[in-house]
Formats: sequence, structure tokens, C-alpha cells
Amino acid sequence: MVANSHEPGRRRANGEREAEILAVLQEAGTPLTPGEVVEHLGDDLTYSTVVTILSRLHTKQLLTRTPRGRAYAYSPVADEPGLAARRMRGVLDERPDREAVLTRFVDGLSSADEELLRHLLGPEQDLDR
Amino acid sequence: MHVAVYLPLLLSLLAAPGARILAERCEPRLATWLLTVSAVVLAAASTASLALLAVTGLIRIPPLAAIGHWSLQVVQRDDPAELSVAVVAGVLLAAAAFAAARMMGRRVRSLARAALDAACVPAPDGLMILDDPAPDAFALPGLPGRVVVSTGMLRVLDDGEQRILLAHERAHLDNHHYLFVALAQFGAAANPLLRPLAHAATYTVERWADERAAAITTGDRDRVARTVGKAALAVRRTPGRSPVLGMIGMIGRRSPLSGAGPVPRRVAALLAPPTGRRIAPALITAAVLLAAVVSTGHAALDLHFLLELAGA
Repeated sequence: MVANSHEPGRRRANGEREAEILAVLQEAGTPLTPGEVVEHLGDDLTYSTVVTILSRLHTKQLLTRTPRGRAYAYSPVADEPGLAARRMRGVLDERPDREAVLTRFVDGLSSADEELLRHLLGPEQDLDR
Repeated sequence: MHVAVYLPLLLSLLAAPGARILAERCEPRLATWLLTVSAVVLAAASTASLALLAVTGLIRIPPLAAIGHWSLQVVQRDDPAELSVAVVAGVLLAAAAFAAARMMGRRVRSLARAALDAACVPAPDGLMILDDPAPDAFALPGLPGRVVVSTGMLRVLDDGEQRILLAHERAHLDNHHYLFVALAQFGAAANPLLRPLAHAATYTVERWADERAAAITTGDRDRVARTVGKAALAVRRTPGRSPVLGMIGMIGRRSPLSGAGPVPRRVAALLAPPTGRRIAPALITAAVLLAAVVSTGHAALDLHFLLELAGA
């Protein structure tokens, strides 16, 4: 986690930064060092922020990296659809009220719920296929 | 002002029993509307009451009274509320405004973020299949939204059940269920007494989507019940996903279902005959909301007269 992760507003902003940086790496088509990412972004992001975000994306297994000179060059780990899939599971998982925004088909069951469910549906149901 | 100003706060106490009745005895679409509107109206009325009480405290502060040319003597003689009540009301008002603003700000960001993610997902027909063995399925709100289903979930369900699952998630998106939930939770953030209404709304949108899925597909409600059960048991068997028990807070222990989580209650509701269009819950809800609005209006009018009297 980054040093200022205790600040919720800041962390949310970082989530958007992650998406932005991923888009840059997608477009580039070749591995980029943090310095090159900063150039592509061309806005107020500092070098150290970019390094932090890149290494976090690497930890989340969204990026691969190869040593180049004294830095690492980063590239997206997969094609666009695969990356989107990982984003769904990984990046969205961070949202504090994600469960309220995503309407899940089924929530988890407690042990009592499971027993009740099996009772309701009857023993003859082939649920454990 | 004496009684009327407190009435919306007292009526908020009806939220817990009212939410239970609406969630369980009312047709889910109507129930969702009633729960959401109740949360918003009662939150507005109770917040307005706190504001009115707080104002009666403010006008006793000499510099403020001087600005409005109000007579402190008249205010102190005719004002029904104790100063301590006004101070407490002011503190609660600030807390309510802060909590509601924070909740809404957060939710707007989350929805914007979800819409961004939905837009990034390459899914021309609105369906995205995650290559993931863990069974999972959800609707991602956006413009347009996306239905996301994992391969693990598809593997568990047969063709008909997959259609039911997709119909359920599309019903969430088509009927803007995330907005109902957000508004109900907004009301509950401003007035915590209304939390049961928001909890119930998250349940009734699921019921609404279940019934829509039954209506859109085969009309076989038993089949929908079995699909929900099958999916829930499949999720439960997958290690690594901790259960999310959002609905534990339902009060009452009258039947085995009363303490149960949302999935068994949804299944039980689908296996039972459909809830008819009952008019009584809607009428009672409307009466309660009307009482809250009228009493707030009455209290506001009283304060207006008090200020006129003090200013004369």
C-alpha cells in the first residue's frame, strides 16, 4: 500500500490513476519505464507516484516487468479482454462500497442458510451436480 | 410546534416493523418503491425537524436575535423547545448532513467508477464472461451497464438456468435498481433509524429481479428458485470467498426464515404463491409519510409565526 493510503480521497484518485496508466501502457504496445510513462501522461503526476502505481499494478499481477537499465520496463500482462477481466475482479475489489454498487446474483450463505436452503428445495434436488 | 416537530422523528421508529412488512408481504416492485420513497421522505422530514429545533436555539443567541430584530423575551417565553433540545438537535443535524453528504459523494464516485469500468469492458451485447473457475455473477451499472458472469458460474448452470441468471441481472440494470438502493441508503445515512428501510430495499430489488426473471423466461418460479439455490450453493462450495451476509439485521424470530439471509428468503418467496397486489401496505405507508410531511409543515409554520411575533 502507498504511504498515504489512509486518506480515502487520495486512494480513490489513485484508482483512477491506475486506469489511466494502464491505458497508456495498452496504447504504447511496448514495455515502458516509469520515466516514459510520465512523459506519456504529461500531467501533474510525479515520477515517484508513477513508480508507486506501477509497482502496485505489478503486485496485482496486471503488469509484467523486465529490467531495463536501472529501472524496470512495464507492460500489460495480457490482451485487452483478459485485462478487463482481471480489472473486474482486482481493481473493483478495492471499492469501499462496491457491494452496494454491484448487484450480485447470490450472496454468500451461512451454514444455517445452507441447511435452510437444502430443506426448502427438498432432498431430491440435484443441486450438487 | 410542540408535538408536530417531533412527529417525523417518532414516525421513523416505524421503519423497522414497516420495512419487514413491506419486504415480506408486498409485491417486490411496489415494495421497493414504497421503501425508497419512505426512506427519502422520512429522512427529509426528520432532518427538517432537527433544523427547525436548531433554529429555535440560534435565535436565542443575542447577536443573531439582533440581526433578525427578534425580541429575546418573546422567544424565550413562547418557544416550546428547551435550549438543550435545540443544541442536541443542532449537533444531530450537523451529523446527519455530514453522513448523508459523505455517503452520497462516495456512492456517486463508485457509480462513476463502475460506469467507467463497464465502458472499458469489451462486451457489445452487454454480457461479459470472466474466465474464472470461481462461480460469480453480478450487474455492473453503467451507460450502458454490463452483466458479468464467470465461467465457473456458467459451468454450474444448464441453459435454462443461465437464461434465468442473465434475465435476473438484466432486470437489475433495466430497472435501475442501484438508484433505488442508493436513495434508500442516502435516507438511512441522514437518519440511522431508517436503516431497516435501506436493508429491506437491497432485498426487495433482488426479489423484483427474481420475479422479472421468472416472467421473462418460462414463467416457472420454481425453476428460478432452484437456480438461485444452485448458484448460492456453488458459491458456498468455492473456497476463498467469504460469505457476505448483508441481511442478517432483519429483526424478529417468528419463523425459521426470519433470521435467515437473503438467499433462503428469496427461494422461499419464489416457492410460495406470488404476492397479490395488496393495497393496504401502500395506503398505510402513504398515510405515515403524509403525517410526517404535514407535521413538518405545521412545525415550520409555527416557527414562522413565532419569528413574526418576536419580530413585531
